[in-house]
Formats: sequence, C-alpha cells, structure tokens
Amino acid sequence: MSKKSFRQAINEALRQEMRRDPTVILMGEDVAGGRGGSAGVTDAWGGVLGVTKGLYEEFGATRVLDTPITEASYIGAAAGAAVTGLRPVAELMFVDFVGCCLDQIMNQAAKFRYMFGGKARTPLVIRAMYGAGFNAAAQHSQALYPLFTHIPGLKVVIPSSPYEAKGLLISAIRDDDPVIFLENKVMYDEEEEVPDEAYTIPFGEANLTREGDDVTIVAFGRMVGFANQAADRLEKKGISCTVIDPRTTSPLDRDTILECVADTGRLVIVDESSPRCNMATDIAALVAEEAFDTLRAPIRRVVPPHTPVPFATVLESLYMPSVEKIEAAVTATMNHRVVEKV
Amino acid sequence: MAQDITPITMPKFGLAMTEGKIAGWLVEPGASITAGEELVDIETSKITNTFESPLAGTFRRQVAANGEMLPVGALIGVVADAAVPDADIDAFITRFQAEFAESAGDGEGDAVADEPVTVTVGEYTLRLHERGEGDEIPLVLIHGFGGDLKNWMFNHAALAQGRRVIAFDLPGHGGSSKDVGPGTLEFFAGVTIRLLDHLDLPRVHVMGHSLGGGIALTLARMAPQRVASLVLVAPAGLGRQINMDFINGFIAADRVRALQDVLKYLVHDKSLIGRRMADDVLRYKRLDGAEAALRTIAAACFPAGQQGDDLRPDIQAADMPVTLIWGQADEVLPATQAEGLPAAITRHMLADIGHMPQLESATAVNTIVEEFIKTKVATS
Repeated sequence: MSKKSFRQAINEALRQEMRRDPTVILMGEDVAGGRGGSAGVTDAWGGVLGVTKGLYEEFGATRVLDTPITEASYIGAAAGAAVTGLRPVAELMFVDFVGCCLDQIMNQAAKFRYMFGGKARTPLVIRAMYGAGFNAAAQHSQALYPLFTHIPGLKVVIPSSPYEAKGLLISAIRDDDPVIFLENKVMYDEEEEVPDEAYTIPFGEANLTREGDDVTIVAFGRMVGFANQAADRLEKKGISCTVIDPRTTSPLDRDTILECVADTGRLVIVDESSPRCNMATDIAALVAEEAFDTLRAPIRRVVPPHTPVPFATVLESLYMPSVEKIEAAVTATMNHRVVEKV
Repeated sequence: MAQDITPITMPKFGLAMTEGKIAGWLVEPGASITAGEELVDIETSKITNTFESPLAGTFRRQVAANGEMLPVGALIGVVADAAVPDADIDAFITRFQAEFAESAGDGEGDAVADEPVTVTVGEYTLRLHERGEGDEIPLVLIHGFGGDLKNWMFNHAALAQGRRVIAFDLPGHGGSSKDVGPGTLEFFAGVTIRLLDHLDLPRVHVMGHSLGGGIALTLARMAPQRVASLVLVAPAGLGRQINMDFINGFIAADRVRALQDVLKYLVHDKSLIGRRMADDVLRYKRLDGAEAALRTIAAACFPAGQQGDDLRPDIQAADMPVTLIWGQADEVLPATQAEGLPAAITRHMLADIGHMPQLESATAVNTIVEEFIKTKVATS
C-alpha cells in the first residue's frame, strides 16, 4: 500500500487486469503513444494525460491499439470485439466526443444483451474524461453522465478518488455488460492510499464519506470531495452532514439515499452536469416520490446554470458548483421553517 | 528597504499540478534578465514547460537545484536589483522558507513514522507494525480469522511500555500476501516462527485472539523454547462449537450492510459496529485472493461446521505461564470452552463482553496482560 495518484490508480488497474486476463485490450486515440515514433520513442506520453503510460511497452501493439481519430469506427469495433469474446477498454478521451459514436453505444452495445434474448455478453468498458474546471472550453468540459444514465443497458461509473477509481475500474473490466467509466480530468493528480493488489468495488452500493444527523448531501465524482470539505466546515458550525457518493449512477443505490434522507430529513444534491434532466433532478424525483413524508425542508440542488461551459476562467469558476455554494445550500435548508397549514 | 526583492516560486501549470521538478536552469546567478526571458525548465507529471521571468532585474540566487522536486509555491530563485546587499537576500530567503514551511507544514510532522511496514519472509509478504522498545521480552500479537493488526489498536501502544510489541497480519489477511497454503494452524504457526527468525527474536510472549489463540497454542507446541508465556483471548481449539453463521456470513458478505450484521456477532455492545468498521473490513475482503484465503482457512480449521483442532492436550502440556481471557457474552466461541482447564491457568471471564474483549474491554485486558507478565512470568 502506498500513496498513488488518480492517474496511477487507473494505470495500475489496467495493467493488473491486462496481466490477469489476456482478453483485455486497450483501444483509443493516443493510448499507445501520442508523440508518434520519433527518435525511437513509441510511448513517450501514454495518452493525452499520461494515464496509459507504459502499457504499450509491456503489452505491445496487439493489445494496446492506437486508433485513428474515428470514434464511430473504433467504438463500434470495441463493441464488436466485446460481443465476440474480448474485453476491450476503449478510451474516448473527452466524453464530449461521444457525439461521434453515440449510435455504437446507445443502439448497439447497450442493446445486445436485451435484443439477443440474453444470449450475448458485451464486456466493454468505455473510459472518458469529463468535467469543467480545466479551462478546456465548452466542447471539452461537459459532464455527460446523465446522457448515459438515461440509456438502459449501460452501467455508469464515476469514481471520486484514487482508491475508488482502481477498484471500480477493475469491477468494470470484469463486468459482462457495457460500462461507461468517467474520470474527472481535474482529479488525475489527487493522491491517497491505494492497495498494491487488485481489488473490486461492487456497482450499485453507495459509499458514505461522512456520517451526520442534519443534512444528507449526495454528490458525484469530483463533487464528493467538495461535499466533504463543505461538511467539514459545516461541522465546525454545528451542522452535521451525511455525504453519499453513489459511485455508480446506473445502477443507483436508491436504498442508501432514501435511508439517509429518512434519518436527516434534508437533502442537498451536488451535480456538476447541466441542470435539466441530470442526476440531481433524478434523485430529487426519487426522494419526492418515495420519501416525501420524511422531508423537513425542500430539496436543494447545487448545479451549474443551463449554459455551455464558459471558457473564461472567472466565468468557469462561477459556473461550477463549489464548496461555498454547497455550504450555502446546506445552510439554507437548515434555515427552512415549515409553516403549518390551517 | 528601498530595493525590492522578488521571489521566483514553483509555478502552477494547470489546475492539477501540485509539484514540479527543476528540469534545468537556463540562467546563471548574477545574470541580468529581462521580463519574459526563459529562466528554467519545469517538469510535471504531465508536461515539461519553460518558465519565463515575470520581471526584469538581476537573477541573484538559484535556490532550487537541477533535479529537485518541489511543491507549487516553493522558492526556487530570487530576482533583485544588483544593488541589494547579499545579506538582505539571505534574510529574505530565510524568512520566505520559514513562512512557506509553516504554511505547508499542517499535519506533516517529521516524527518517526509509527506505521506498519511490509517485510518479506520466505515466499510470504507480511505487514507488521512494531511499537515500543526496552529490555523486556518482546510481545507478539496474533489476530483471529478475518482480522488484522488493527484488531489490537487499543492494546498495542498500551502494552508497548518497556518492551517491543509486534503486531502483524497473518497470511491471507490485511496487508499480507494472500497465499495461505493448507490454511491450517500449523501453517500459520510455522510462518510465525519464520517471522520471529526474521526479526531475530529468540523468545517472546505471545498473545493470540480466537484463531490466533489456536495459532499461539500450536506455536507453543511446535517451538516451546521460543514462547515465554501465552495470553489466550477467546482462543480456538478448546471446544468443538463455533458459530458458523459468523464464519460463513463473514466470508459471503460483500456489501456494507450485510457485513455490519455479521460483525455484530463479535461484540456484546452492538452499537460498536459502525458503517466505517464494516467498510474497513470490506476493503480487505475485496482484495483479490482474500475470500479464497478465508475459504481455505475455514475448510481447514472448521470442517463440518465445527472446530477441527483439539488443543486441550497442548494447553495442558504447556510448561510456560498461560492466562485466558474470555468474554462471557461471546457469540462466536462460547465462554464455557474455558472450563475444565488446569488450575495453574488463570482465567479472566469478563461479564457483558463479546468475542473481542481486547476491543470491547481494552483497559481491563491491558491491565490483565501487564499484571500477568509482571507477576506470573517474572516468578516462573
């Protein structure tokens, strides 16, 4: 066990699964090199952010496939490879590029098991970077997990830390269904203790990163860290929060969310994806339907405005949910007073 | 001070950068520089970039050496007018470094690491945590089925007054390698003896809990000259009965809630079993090989739904001081298994305590162990 970055945790998960199972292959733009073959260097970069560094050297060109810039073809090829016996891990680079290959994901990979009467297995993982805060502008900053969560037949994973990333990615690779694995691009250098051995974290079980009595905060991916910071600050002001990291949006651990809301009576949802039809609205609907009587204040959402992600740094930080915005939402829900109807 | 001194600090290239390496200075101390002039190449985990001088002046001091890795914001050089005296530059650097160290120092002391380490003993990798020092005979702590060295978190430091106390993870457990061979008490006792050899410990007190108690007794049979005394906490091997709902449930549970219910068998005060504790155990159980190791041990030690090893002959034959600690409300191994033993063995039966007295009644257990080692062992 030692401290590892989010990047290293993902690299280690890929490496260990590729060593364990020869059917695991990588595909994607720049996964092998990124600098080309100049000066005899084939793996200088290891993907645009260095996540797959060293894998080409260890596993070679037959298992680490550097693809052309043609998402439709290689995501389609990965889906086909999955359904015919391999376990491809295809990297979409920026999740925003899904626009070029949505049919392959939505109409093909997601439907194989269902439309072939349960006889087809599609052990496909699609890794992609998501999220704003990187100053990468509107076409490279979206948090599109609600799009995938909307499609039955896909599993959707959003790791919130290096430990979570390694265990969830290994589970994703061993899973027999298509899994969308979303990595927040701002988190690659975050570090924590990560076991050296391979381990799995099951899908559909939320993790409680804080336990409190007053307010339940549900947050995803990078927002879990923000929620933890807000909870720690609020603790000093006498407000204790439970923070739920659902880990996967599909399947979603409804029970844990409902139980925690029943305990606290107040709910704040932190979601950095666009605010219409996102995870915050989904969970708000769930709680409104199943736990309305336990609520002591209106549900509050900490979400960005319904605009493209701005490029200007000041606007981008204004756009993003923040620790301060979470604190304000929690405080507002605590200050809510129920007026008895006459 | 009329003249300004400007610190050049480790830049932050992008939001994710936390530290950078000096890949190579491009200016010599004493050089006159212009704003925008290339000063130094900085390498991060992602990228190597050239850092340009934010101002014109004289590059007075190169604080960071080539190849040095430093956090963002750390002082790497100093720019000032050529007229600023060297003494002022020195004072500036000292003050900057002190302030930076103070702001960065939160939670990062330079005390000796009191943390587990990993050692290689033959083909096994074992995580062990050593505390304390002194001339007294060292004490070795052996945890039970599914446990790890953290089971002794309330005892380890308390018992390490005047002696070395070594807690370790058995093979198949915690941070140790997951190969458990045949999974028998003899196997674990054998590995423990090899660990004692590795640590150059000719003779130790051994405190074992549950399955670890059975291992301690087996160790005392296999290498009696190595064992100065035995402290057995709810040990295995003194009766047939064992709660297989605990054993099988512990192996099978892969979710927090399910495991939390199983862990409640371990204690009398059920409120002790929080979500965090279950979460911590799951972190171990989810490691590749952990579940298989537990299944191998359960098959070897608890075949046919009961304990396979009868260690009563061993405890009767033991010629070192032995003491027994058992919670009367034990739901895993019934406390009645402490009956019918030689009178020389002091028994401490703790009321309203479950299978883990060292956790649930830590102070009492620590006192019993100290007294036992002081009186019984010293006079024997």
